[in-house]
Amino acid sequence: MSADAVVSLQGVTKTFGDGAVTALESIDLDVRPGEFVSLIGPSGCGKSTLLRIIGDLVPPTVGEVTVNGKSARQARLDREYGIVFQDAVLYDWRTVAKNIGLPLELLDWDRAKRARRVEELIELVELQGFAEHHPWQLSGGMQQRVSIARALSFSPALLLMDEPFGALDEMTRERLNGELLRIWEASGSTVVFVTHSIAEAVFLSTRVVVMSRRPGRIAAVVDVDLPQPRTADTREEPRFFELVTEVRDRLREGGLDEDRTAPGEGELVLGEGPV
Amino acid sequence: MSRARSLAREWVPALVVFVAGIVFWESLVRVLDVQNFLLPAPSAIADTLWADRGELWDAAFFTFREAVGGYVIGCSLGFLAAVVLARWRLLEAAVMPYAIAAGAVPIIAFAPITNNWFGVTGMTSKMVIAAILCFFPMLVNTTRGLRSVPPSAIELMRSYAASERTIFRRVRLPNALPYVFSGLKVGTVLAMIGAIVGDYFGGAPGALGVEIRRWVGIFAFDQAWAGIVLASLLGIVFYGTVAAVERLTMGWHPSVRGARAE
Repeated sequence: MSADAVVSLQGVTKTFGDGAVTALESIDLDVRPGEFVSLIGPSGCGKSTLLRIIGDLVPPTVGEVTVNGKSARQARLDREYGIVFQDAVLYDWRTVAKNIGLPLELLDWDRAKRARRVEELIELVELQGFAEHHPWQLSGGMQQRVSIARALSFSPALLLMDEPFGALDEMTRERLNGELLRIWEASGSTVVFVTHSIAEAVFLSTRVVVMSRRPGRIAAVVDVDLPQPRTADTREEPRFFELVTEVRDRLREGGLDEDRTAPGEGELVLGEGPV
Repeated sequence: MSRARSLAREWVPALVVFVAGIVFWESLVRVLDVQNFLLPAPSAIADTLWADRGELWDAAFFTFREAVGGYVIGCSLGFLAAVVLARWRLLEAAVMPYAIAAGAVPIIAFAPITNNWFGVTGMTSKMVIAAILCFFPMLVNTTRGLRSVPPSAIELMRSYAASERTIFRRVRLPNALPYVFSGLKVGTVLAMIGAIVGDYFGGAPGALGVEIRRWVGIFAFDQAWAGIVLASLLGIVFYGTVAAVERLTMGWHPSVRGARAE
């Protein structure tokens, strides 16, 4: 474990149902300050669970988790991270401004200070004119921007994102990817980002952590050496495609297509048997 | 202009049906010469409503107070019980099946018993039966509302290190509001039924249910019908008031506000 790691996981294992299902096995991972790390893997590989373990929303069965040098629990109690889920999780009875300001209310910021900060954030996520709207009056992409603004409201050093753009259409997703990078650069925070889109992981990340099918293990870590800042053109660069291919290959090795491995072996046996 | 027009479009059909219904009723009674004890004409009922307004109003207001008293008690207790049940899952599992089953039981059948227990001529016995009627739907609805919070909404609050109390106040309670109001609205109807039917089994002289029974007994059908109409009007006003409060408190809710802005 490096001393300055924002997130440090050591031997994290998570089992469900009294050990019947092993969701995560022996995860070791350090996330350094300012990094943008994506966790990618097939559905059910435990990447969302891993994110929740970092956030102390789910306890690990075995293993050590530290966030900013503290235990995960202490880090949560000290509000060291902001989190964004796949669905925006906005409270319908609160306006956009009040949703964004919710963490600040819980932190007992006074009204004026809160209003100023919320205004800044609305500008940051480009939702000017929607402050007094209610969540259900917004499109999916706008709702997710509110959710991101809320996670950033108290300037946490760490941002945890669980497939935040998974439910959005491709065009909205790419636009929000760009916005997220802009916000990441501006805020200087560290991001742990769960996705199952290879292109998204490569485009956004400084490192992509490839996870294997259940039980989830770290199958490979791919360093993304694409230059910053990344733009729409980044997606056209040959190096981008090379990295996408590499991540895809690592995913295959980790057993992305279980349908193909199992029957494939069967076919092999049939081919060999000259009965 | 367009607002007035859409309002008219919404209300005119119902109004037409109402007027047509009254006209049909009136002409049916006149043309077929229906006997008064079978069905009085609307005009006769309206005349009685006006002529005996003092007596009718006193009787109706007495029973209305029974209903509202029982309503307040039943709904408050139902709400508080739901808060307790929603907090302890085991308790909920133990109690909820009975609370739901109570919804299928004609609790009003207990009215003679509550009369026995709490005194026939007092208001208390009617309030008790009205309260019991309101209690169960309020309990079931509120519990459901407090429980039906998406897990991620709770996780988010936990990520902010929010206490159970804060989560209750900021998430569970507002989330339950639509359910609470549906319990409150059902309760208005049940409370009126409880009070009036409670009166039917015996009550204070001058209570509406008692008077309706007495009028029927002495063949004063115009008065009996006028009493029923008045009870219905009070019931509608009661329901409408709660619905109006719902609109005021839940201005944010999609079902209350119109369609999406986009």
